[in-house]
Amino acid sequence: MYAALWRALPGPWWTRLLIVLVLVAAVLSVLVLWVFPWIGELVAPQDVTVAPGA
Amino acid sequence: MNEQGDGEPTPESTALAEQPRDARAASAKRPRRRVSVVGVLGELLITAGVLVLLFLGWQQWLGDIIEGHQLYGQSVHQSQQWIKEAGPTKAPVDPADPAAPPVITASLSTGKVFGYLYVPRFGSDYARPIAQGTALSVLNKGNLGHYATTQMPGAVGNFMVASHRKAYGGDLEHINNLRVGDHIFVGTADGWYQYSFRNLQFVTPTDVAVLDPVPDQPGLQPGDRIITLQSCNPFFSTAERIMAYGTFDKFYPIAGGPPAEIAATVTGKS
Repeated sequence: MYAALWRALPGPWWTRLLIVLVLVAAVLSVLVLWVFPWIGELVAPQDVTVAPGA
Repeated sequence: MNEQGDGEPTPESTALAEQPRDARAASAKRPRRRVSVVGVLGELLITAGVLVLLFLGWQQWLGDIIEGHQLYGQSVHQSQQWIKEAGPTKAPVDPADPAAPPVITASLSTGKVFGYLYVPRFGSDYARPIAQGTALSVLNKGNLGHYATTQMPGAVGNFMVASHRKAYGGDLEHINNLRVGDHIFVGTADGWYQYSFRNLQFVTPTDVAVLDPVPDQPGLQPGDRIITLQSCNPFFSTAERIMAYGTFDKFYPIAGGPPAEIAATVTGKS
């Protein structure tokens, strides 16, 4: 899959590498700025307060 | 597309004669190039694993740094607005005690940010919003949540806030680093309340006596002004609760500007 993507990219190897790095940086930014905070709201809610026992 | 499919004899028939050898050469290469279902599945699973690790890295480390910067910027913006809008200093609640600091009396809706916490021990860029209520919807936004049943800053009794130790801003990550005498500041639209750290306490999550006006002393009439910061303990666990107590020192009215110790932090000018 990734090998096919690599072959689909145009230009010599260093152009492809540059494109890949830009793509990876873009994906990471989207994950860190929007996707992860959204998932963080959903998973593993941790109670930190003191409250009467059930 | 395919020259063979045309069925028309062309001058390139000599090239066609070599075609079987080309096909053989191509088929020899093909097994390496073919995109197999198992191969794609494997790469997707590896990708999923990497994403989970990235998420954990974000949750336990990078996320708190990013959110800390955002919350700090928010505090600077709000403080500058409060300082700009500073009206006449509010009269003390208790006319018999002119030295008493003003206390917020308005009823606040859940999630309403009414102040910021400054702890020099936690860093010069440490400022975290204090919001009303301790629901997860409040705490997960990076706020310190104020127990609505406890008193407000500056009031006689116990001003108690809770927060996550890690993730969601990790507001009280370094609560165990406080040393006796460390100053804890609460900034509101009225001014800055200075408390001094006294001691830590560890309790079970169901020990609600710490919410009393005199912590752990149900029914006792309060005489001191106390702040309680509360989070989880041990680190990475919710088995216990850690509490940091401070006692009230003095109040700095908003019109007089922030106390020197946190002036750069409050205004964002270092």
